[in-house]
Amino acid sequence: MSNLNQTMVEKYRNDFLNEVRANVEEGDWVNMCMQCGVCAGSCPLGPYWEHPPQEIFMMIRAGKREEVLTSTSMWMCTSCYNCIARCPRELPITHIMHGLAHYADRLGLAPKEQPTRKFANKFWDNLTKKGRVNELKLGLALYFMNGFMEGIKVAMANQKLGLNMIKTKRMNPMEIIGGHGVKDTSGLHAILKKAREIELAKAEEFKG
Amino acid sequence: MADIIATNETILVVGGGISGMTAALEAAEYGKQVILVEKEAGVGGRVSKLYKYFPKLCHPTCGQEINQRRIKMNPNVRLMTMTEVTEVSGEEGNYSVTLKTSPRYVNNNCTACGDCANAVEAEFDDEMNYGLGKRKGAYLPSRMSFPQQYVLDPRIIGTPDANAAKEACKYDAIDLDMQEESTSITVGAIVWATGWQPYDANKIQPYGYDRFDNVITSVEFERLMDPHGPTGGKLLRPSDGKEAKNIAFIQCAGSRDRNHLKHCSRICCMASLKQTTYVRERYGDDGKSTIYYIDIRAIDRIDNFFQNVKADETVTFIKSKVANIVENKENKNPVLRGVNTEGYDRYENEHDLVVLAVGMQPSVPAGDFPMNVVVNEHGFIEEDESNGGIFAAGCSADALDVNRAVQSATASALRAIQVVNRVAGTEG
Repeated sequence: MSNLNQTMVEKYRNDFLNEVRANVEEGDWVNMCMQCGVCAGSCPLGPYWEHPPQEIFMMIRAGKREEVLTSTSMWMCTSCYNCIARCPRELPITHIMHGLAHYADRLGLAPKEQPTRKFANKFWDNLTKKGRVNELKLGLALYFMNGFMEGIKVAMANQKLGLNMIKTKRMNPMEIIGGHGVKDTSGLHAILKKAREIELAKAEEFKG
Repeated sequence: MADIIATNETILVVGGGISGMTAALEAAEYGKQVILVEKEAGVGGRVSKLYKYFPKLCHPTCGQEINQRRIKMNPNVRLMTMTEVTEVSGEEGNYSVTLKTSPRYVNNNCTACGDCANAVEAEFDDEMNYGLGKRKGAYLPSRMSFPQQYVLDPRIIGTPDANAAKEACKYDAIDLDMQEESTSITVGAIVWATGWQPYDANKIQPYGYDRFDNVITSVEFERLMDPHGPTGGKLLRPSDGKEAKNIAFIQCAGSRDRNHLKHCSRICCMASLKQTTYVRERYGDDGKSTIYYIDIRAIDRIDNFFQNVKADETVTFIKSKVANIVENKENKNPVLRGVNTEGYDRYENEHDLVVLAVGMQPSVPAGDFPMNVVVNEHGFIEEDESNGGIFAAGCSADALDVNRAVQSATASALRAIQVVNRVAGTEG
């Protein structure tokens, strides 16, 4: 169990609902769900979810911490916003799903092999390094996501595409060393640090 | 209309539906002078368009007949149909009101024989049937119309149809020269009973009311049951005129939804429960009703009714707000999709006909009132001291069933009586 997870378990004991309300982005809205089921029915990926959103909300209220946070469900969200558009209580369901996924990842409880989680983390690391996405590095990181041999195989298969992209100046091979970024990288990192501080302070201030 | 005499001891009742009629009669039978104005050609309002209504599941013709008779017998009530209130000024005990009366083109000689309707060819959507059927350009708004007089649709005026109607009339009852009239009166108190309208189902896009023939609203379903309605009392579905036996009812269609009406319309659960009894009445054990609901709000004593419907084996309850409806292209059956929240089972259910239990919203949108009244966030008139001598009755005050609307009307009549009593110096 990660340290953060340990801390949260001790802090909130059996009150998972309040843990979510305090720590998950837009988590406070979970209270407002009236269990009508329209989000679950409207989700285009619904049949593939382990637990549709409305079930997740009920599980949160029922204190099923482990089951919710280790679920692959919220990683299935494609941000189509169908649920938000139809929710009779205007819950920002899409954002709550991302918030839950992010929180589960922070605690180290998210399913390790969930591809969306892997990609999201690679994308974030890539982006925050210099403030610009380094597509070459991100692409390569994805090729090798499932092991070295697999990566070589995928890279060989896409060789022609890559060369064509270089030819049409869609990709710069020089990006592999360093790559481009924003002017003030340290400023960007300061912003991200501050944002994290605000997020944590908000959770700390939460009174329920 | 010089014969209308009103003083500041007169009570004006706006709207001749069940609430307005009740308020007018309560005040008139107490001995007050009442002017009852109604926008349509006859009294009765929404209730007269129902097949049966709560609390006793009477046909409206019954309760209506009694009320109409009471109006007819009471010299204290003056009924003005086809009349709207355009302006109100003044204060409690002394209001100046301007009324606008549209021409009926038919005078009091009319015996409702129907010869004019036979002579006229033009047809229009029948308002009585929410446009499900057609009526002639000269028409009796409904069989129960009060006053029992025909009306000429203004759209036929100036066409040969108008003259044909005039020539067909044996009683010299048609007057094509009638003009819109404006009347100014003084009254002491006003009971505002302009009622409700069904929420526009076209706005609930996922349910496809505008796209699918076999998705109808609850008010339209009422008309299908009426033996004098557009289908002669048969539950025929619009796409092919076949009998619909497997019927779905969708609750909260537009209510309790921040994208539509925020409030609970309160009547729709009972309306759908009632309509399942229609299905049983038509088909016995061969019919099938399915109610899709968030939670059933069967209020206080009519919970018994809910229990009885629940015990009916032809009625199924599915706890789910339907996500969307698609159409089976082959047979035009609506297919309902969603998740049953009891067990989280995904369903895709095909029905012959879908009835949307649409919500209730005030007839007069906030901002369109000809006077200053306090209106809440849902558009209903609030009880507020600053309203002075203007009192809302029935569904202009809240989403109410007939029972509660009538109670509200009686209460408002009493408040209005108190105002005119104060004016007369007999109280306070």
